Amino acid sequence: MTATEALVRPDVRRGPRISVASPAKRRSTWLANVVLIVIGIVFLVPIAWIAFSAVSPAATVSISVPESLTLDNFVAVFDWSMTLLPLWNSALISFGTALITVVVGVLAAYPLSRHNSRFQRGFMYSVLFGSCLPITAMMVPVYALFVQLKMLDSQVSVILFMAATSLPMAIWMLKNFMDSVPVSLEEAAWVDGASAMRALWTIVLPLMRPGISVVFIFVFTQAWGNFFVPFVLLFSSEKMPAAVAIFTFFGNHGAVAYGQLAAFATLYSVPILVLYLLVQRLSGSSFALAGGVKG
Amino acid sequence: MTSATATRSPAPVHPGAGRRAPLRDLLRSVPLLPAVVLLVVFLLGPILYAIWGSLTNRALTGYRAAKPEFVGFDNYISLFTDPNFWTALVLTVVFVLFSAIIGQNVLGLGVAALMRIGSKSVNSVVGALVVVAWVMPEIVAAFALYAYFSKDGTLNALLEGVGIPAVSWLIEYPMFAVILANVWRGTAFSMLVYGAALNEVPPEVMEAAQIDGANATQRFFLITIPMIRRSISTNLMLTTLQTLGTFGLIWVMTKGGPGVSSSTLPVRAYQEAFQYSQIGYGTAIAAVTLVLGAIFAIFYIRILKPEVD
Repeated sequence: MTATEALVRPDVRRGPRISVASPAKRRSTWLANVVLIVIGIVFLVPIAWIAFSAVSPAATVSISVPESLTLDNFVAVFDWSMTLLPLWNSALISFGTALITVVVGVLAAYPLSRHNSRFQRGFMYSVLFGSCLPITAMMVPVYALFVQLKMLDSQVSVILFMAATSLPMAIWMLKNFMDSVPVSLEEAAWVDGASAMRALWTIVLPLMRPGISVVFIFVFTQAWGNFFVPFVLLFSSEKMPAAVAIFTFFGNHGAVAYGQLAAFATLYSVPILVLYLLVQRLSGSSFALAGGVKG
Repeated sequence: MTSATATRSPAPVHPGAGRRAPLRDLLRSVPLLPAVVLLVVFLLGPILYAIWGSLTNRALTGYRAAKPEFVGFDNYISLFTDPNFWTALVLTVVFVLFSAIIGQNVLGLGVAALMRIGSKSVNSVVGALVVVAWVMPEIVAAFALYAYFSKDGTLNALLEGVGIPAVSWLIEYPMFAVILANVWRGTAFSMLVYGAALNEVPPEVMEAAQIDGANATQRFFLITIPMIRRSISTNLMLTTLQTLGTFGLIWVMTKGGPGVSSSTLPVRAYQEAFQYSQIGYGTAIAAVTLVLGAIFAIFYIRILKPEVD
């Protein structure tokens, strides 16, 4: 079981097994609950700060339950050039990145999953190696290279670069998903005269649809949250995604409107929280594919 | 190997296919082409460019931006004689060691283990909170933690509530703040990996140990830990590599400061390249970080080797 699988198949919800309910067991459950609740509160406080500040008329850096609720902060940041355009840019960049990554990744995963040649094993090792590299450490040479290629300040370059950096992980995940689609189904298609690409399109892809969605959302989420890459590669404010927009609006100013910052942060965070819930739903069913052989 | 391939081979096997195997392999690998092109241009390209660029005196603007000279190992010599570089290296090691290797892994394993005995409702709420901290965008997490640790922030308000005087965490203890921030942000990853790993431990083994008289602590350290050691080593590598490249969190919280007291290698590379306009020097720092990452990556691949073959 790889870490990737573990990530797309989180199983934090599984409770304890049926207990014999001895007093000792009940005591340890109670103790575990107390410790978990304390940890939970520590994790909750910074999140709650954002939520409270967003609806508070007088937010500060310290958490406080707002005395009255207001949507003023959201109204104040609900502005085309301040939030909407950056959010649209984020959506555009993330969607482009995820789409390219998934299409290129599926094409690459197919031969890697179905054949086993020495060349491909070498490729797989390179992919694994690539997925390990600390990409952010590379932004300075990437910038210098993009100067040479005249690719700076272009959303397309950002998309291509982010697609390339997400590809190793995506190929690795897609190959694992594809490995679980039984080859016998394709063999039937080949017997009927389908080409490899046709078999991929009509047999394999429909069966691994949940897996593809998981990878798509995974890449989308990463691109949506990426700050450093657009921060270095883009200059024009009208091309900036929300990550950089938030930083330049609030990070560079001494006096920060914390309520507005929190409202913008909420608008920016909610989409990927929803997508994460979606991926949890999907990944639950993606391992049921093996049933396709039976019957 | 050829025979092993042939049994799995999906394409109709022609007589004599064995002789044309290299060509056949190549043809079958055609769909790999777009991936190879993207990876070569945007991943391998910058790596090679990092090696080359670190040997030049390229500047951000001006004459040296257009016509950089080859300066050999000058950047590395000034790098290795620069006390700020060694500070950055030590800070990076401290950051990775305390926030990833110790913080995220121990807390992640602890939370995952507690969830096996905790109640279902508590587990799902706490699990969700830990995961939200990880799923939310880096910049949002960074601002939330900046507010938490700032002079008038929540942490000081809590401390003053119990009579401890306020501390300027981000100025007096910037590393402490960014390390805790990264533990907060990244623990979910370890928690999910270890949660999945603990689910794979067969209950029979635990029951057998219990019958033999092993207490909970003994069972955890003598049975659970050895049984999930593969997950532990994989996760140690992954968290290390993710933490090595952390930039946004530190940049928003401290900008690497005050001075250079929280400048890890990625922050240092950014400062050199874009604030002091020394692209060549910044690239050399990036190259060193890459080598550091590559060493960890090779370890990691060795662990995963059986899954590739």
